[in-house]
Amino acid sequence: MNDIVLGTSVLPGPRAPGRWRVQLRHGAFYLAVGSLSLIIFASLLAPWIAPYDPTAINLGNAMKAPSAAYWFGTDTLGRDVLSRTLHGGQLSLLIAFIAVALAGTIGSLIGILSAYFGGWIDNVVMRVVDMQYALPPVILAMVLIGVLGPSTGNVIAVVTIANWARFARIIRAETLSLRHRDFVLLARLAGASPLRVALTHLLPNVRHTFLVLLTLDIGLIIVLEAALSFLGLGIQPPTPSWGGMIADGRSHLEHAWWVSILPGTVLMTTVLSANLIADHLRGHRPTGGQHD
Amino acid sequence: MSGFVLRRLLSATVTLLLMSLLIFVLVRLVGDPAHLMMPPEATEADRELFRQHMGLNDPLLTQYGRFISGMLQGEFGNSFHFGVPALQIVSDRLLPSLVLTFSALALAVLVGVGLGVIAAITRAQSVRQLVALFSALGQAAPPFFFALLFIRYFSVELGWLPTGGYGSWQHLLLPMTALGWYSAAGLARLTQANLEEVLASEFIRMARIKGLPESVVILRHGLKNAALPVLTFAASQFGILIGGAVAVEAVFSWPGFGSLMVEAINQLDFTVVQAAVVVSTLLFILINLAVEVLYALIDPRISHE
Repeated sequence: MNDIVLGTSVLPGPRAPGRWRVQLRHGAFYLAVGSLSLIIFASLLAPWIAPYDPTAINLGNAMKAPSAAYWFGTDTLGRDVLSRTLHGGQLSLLIAFIAVALAGTIGSLIGILSAYFGGWIDNVVMRVVDMQYALPPVILAMVLIGVLGPSTGNVIAVVTIANWARFARIIRAETLSLRHRDFVLLARLAGASPLRVALTHLLPNVRHTFLVLLTLDIGLIIVLEAALSFLGLGIQPPTPSWGGMIADGRSHLEHAWWVSILPGTVLMTTVLSANLIADHLRGHRPTGGQHD
Repeated sequence: MSGFVLRRLLSATVTLLLMSLLIFVLVRLVGDPAHLMMPPEATEADRELFRQHMGLNDPLLTQYGRFISGMLQGEFGNSFHFGVPALQIVSDRLLPSLVLTFSALALAVLVGVGLGVIAAITRAQSVRQLVALFSALGQAAPPFFFALLFIRYFSVELGWLPTGGYGSWQHLLLPMTALGWYSAAGLARLTQANLEEVLASEFIRMARIKGLPESVVILRHGLKNAALPVLTFAASQFGILIGGAVAVEAVFSWPGFGSLMVEAINQLDFTVVQAAVVVSTLLFILINLAVEVLYALIDPRISHE
């Protein structure tokens, strides 16, 4: 074979991943699954496992460094940072999961239907998607929150609105490639309604891309919610949220770094784990990541 | 080529008009500015005068017409809060934001493409792992968190760089790095993947057989062919950088456009929010247009699609 004649012993060329490298990648994946599960469970169980009341103010105990009694230290009002991180995680993750499910479902349905019907419907939908792409999600979300006012429900709505378009665009492209396949034509010949074709024949075939997009998006959405709360346009104090806690410690980096840095590190670990899991899922079939 | 540019311009105009409509409607859903802008002791007559002065009593369609024709002349009305033209406030804040986003983008391209090339051509697994770690970290944390980490370490701990402010390269270094890391991460991964793919192709083997120096093979033959998707990706980062800059500017007291938007939204200063969103959308569209034209120039197949 040519490969042997040309040889790769001197020239750097493509290489197959070595056995140990594959194992390392699997290792990173399991580590990611482990830390994400740990963070999710700890957050879900926050009301039972948090050592202190997350909103109990104790000024005599303010800005205490991490210790055996307060693992993550205390903040400027003497509240336990660990308890706040757990409770904040519960809210931040809840918002992220609901928003990603909504954005994913709405965006994908719009994408499938837009591709299936084509014509002017497709044109209008794609113009709206273009428009959405012309404005950074944070700015769109900020303007919307400015209009609607900050509340948990509004944050979910705004984050959903800022994120559905990616699903619509990518799932539409995927559906377009399926539209003229035999099984779709046969279903239509058999008299299936457009909605039925879309839901029972097209939807199952884009599910892998959908899953990859969901895992990719969850990190983006966690970060977007944190940014809004950080700017004071998301979850309102005294309710703890990761973004809000990072903002709380902003002006105390010198004397009490833990107030910002520890919740921020938990946030970073969460997003890192979600991204690693997404990469791993994408690795099995590379179609999902090529579009964006 | 000119037909291609014209088509793109037309679709960009439609996008901008739709955006202006959306912003106009959204901004008018907020509470009555006459209540917010006047002191609490103002009488109903004062408020009425204010509404008339600001044109808030006219039908919405008239207001929108006025908004569009004003927009075309670069006239967005006076800021409710400062009493000076909104566009002037926005443009005063535009330069610092452009400085920040463009230097972050330049840094991201330099570091991202550089690391991507290194990872693609190196035989050392440890180097590839390090680049992978760099990318994973960059994509995991929001820029404002990096900003705080950098301040804690480089400003508080080491005292090398200022914790905030504007005016010198020392002030720019931390915000630009915090903001650019995310994009550098994506660029590194994309460059590495594309370059590895290109380097595996036949014409690269051919170039090597011809005995061309490795640097020529990688730069002229390899990187040039891997450049197109990297260029598009770099352009797509502009919007992300503008968005990320909002919180980074807030952290570093950078007098940009993002911190202006946060202030304007909190003060319900409609005209400033409108002007800011329209200007940022316009910028974003123009940059994408420039990239598409550049793209078509590099690869002539695109303009004939």
